[in-house]
Amino acid sequence: MVIPLRNVAIVGVGHSKFGRRVDTSLPELTWEAIKEALNDAGISQEDIEFVSLGNIGVWSSEVSPGAAILEYSGLIPKEFIRVETACSSGSAAVKAAYMAIASGSADIAMALGAEKMNEVDTPRGVEILARIGNYFWEFENFGPTFVGYYAFFATAYMHKYGATEEDLAKIAVKNHYYASFNPKAHFPKKITIEDAMGSPYIAWPLKLYDCSPISDGAAAVIFASEKIAKKLTDSPVWIRAIEGATATSNHSKRENFLSIPSTRIAAEKAYKRAGIDRNNPVKHIDVVEVHDCFTIAEIIAYEDLGFVRKGEGYKLAREEQTYIGGLIPVNLSGGLKAKGHPIGATGVSMIVELTKQLQQRVEKERQAPIEHGTALAHNVGGTGHYVFVTILSLSKP
Amino acid sequence: MSAENKDVDKETLRKKLPITYDKKTQLPLWRDVRTLTLNYTISVGKIFPFFEKLAEGKILAIKCKHCGELYFPPQVDCPKCRKSEVDWIELSGEGELETYTLIKIKPQSFSHYDDYVIAIGRLKEGVRVLAWLRVDDISKIHIGMKIKLVVSERLPESYLVYEFVPAEE
Repeated sequence: MVIPLRNVAIVGVGHSKFGRRVDTSLPELTWEAIKEALNDAGISQEDIEFVSLGNIGVWSSEVSPGAAILEYSGLIPKEFIRVETACSSGSAAVKAAYMAIASGSADIAMALGAEKMNEVDTPRGVEILARIGNYFWEFENFGPTFVGYYAFFATAYMHKYGATEEDLAKIAVKNHYYASFNPKAHFPKKITIEDAMGSPYIAWPLKLYDCSPISDGAAAVIFASEKIAKKLTDSPVWIRAIEGATATSNHSKRENFLSIPSTRIAAEKAYKRAGIDRNNPVKHIDVVEVHDCFTIAEIIAYEDLGFVRKGEGYKLAREEQTYIGGLIPVNLSGGLKAKGHPIGATGVSMIVELTKQLQQRVEKERQAPIEHGTALAHNVGGTGHYVFVTILSLSKP
Repeated sequence: MSAENKDVDKETLRKKLPITYDKKTQLPLWRDVRTLTLNYTISVGKIFPFFEKLAEGKILAIKCKHCGELYFPPQVDCPKCRKSEVDWIELSGEGELETYTLIKIKPQSFSHYDDYVIAIGRLKEGVRVLAWLRVDDISKIHIGMKIKLVVSERLPESYLVYEFVPAEE
């Protein structure tokens, strides 16, 4: 049975500066995004009926940060839930807010993503991140890091297809290039192939410049039903699909280290719902944000999302086909690599970025040409433990 | 003040404020005066034979009596059959290297070890295992090489774990 869902529009977006934000507390940081989103939508806190938050915490002192953020932001007594799907927690918050509108439970809802990772020092941050994998059978005795988990994929992929460390470095160079035009990026500066290739190994074969940073940041998106959206904006962005899938906690239970199966499943479902040809999705899509927590993840995402055939993703990097003007522009925000990766904020940040891309209101150097009016966000928790693929469009479903 | 407060500025300490200054930005940071140390107790009663047999140098997996599914890590409930009648079986340990990495930047609780190789090996019984791969020279590691899963003692903690070693070619 297909349950009829109501159409859901994005009517306002907000985004804090990402970075090492030792100048703000978690509620102060989240308010930066909330305030911007309320102003963007032209509504007040009273209009919001439901709030969701993607946040992992542990590295920040507030154990249950929801009420602290709501109180600081004047959002008490709104209904609230916090969600956790590792690094895709932000997309889970988007899904929760989307469902609140789609189901008819609310007419205006807000998804928040917020993370304050620098309330602990870097060694403790690395430790907490590493524990996102299977704790007892992987972490306890063998101490993998998250870089290490993705290094399993890099090792296997390079061995199988002949990709090189320089191909991976080209992803970092591209994402830093676009971040240099994004004032809200953690690292708004260009780097060279030599910078990337000369950086130290963190978990062989991945080097420092293959890795996203430990960031603080927040993002907010306000959703509305069709009736309300028409009153608020002339240029809403519509959610055409937000679909998720999962993969095993234990890496030892994965079939291979060349693909993230949950990305393929989530993409298939999202393409079907949005009416996009799964055999050639790029012909429908103007701009994409993929989950480049590590450079190898972006290359594998090209394949799992169906932009190219299996084993050819590294060629897109090598031939610079994911810059503006190439086959499909990817991560014009700077990606997780250079925009930063405040874990729970990332999925919401992707929706903020793509909404502004479709509305052609990002900095001109990193604005994609908008022809089809369609964008795709790909957000991964863990190494595919949880995946969400979201399709946004200027045209109503 | 606790040990956590060693970096608190002397002047602010004189004012009885647990304030430290960020090294990069000089912004004031409240140095939390409450310290939480977490160390979990994890229930292993249902899979205790696995640990008992480690002491005999054996590495066990679980096989569902009904559908024959093999489980490693061991789990006593078969979600396919929704039944819990299982056999413990000893793994041969013989396998092939599928992928690996060398961890240079370690989690804090692993910082006292030398750099270590973590591998995923596929055993001939069909299950995969994640474990350290003990080698003298990492340049000799290659995907597809024959490896063997063995019980070893982890030092300096002196407790039993399993790890891969290169198999005699």
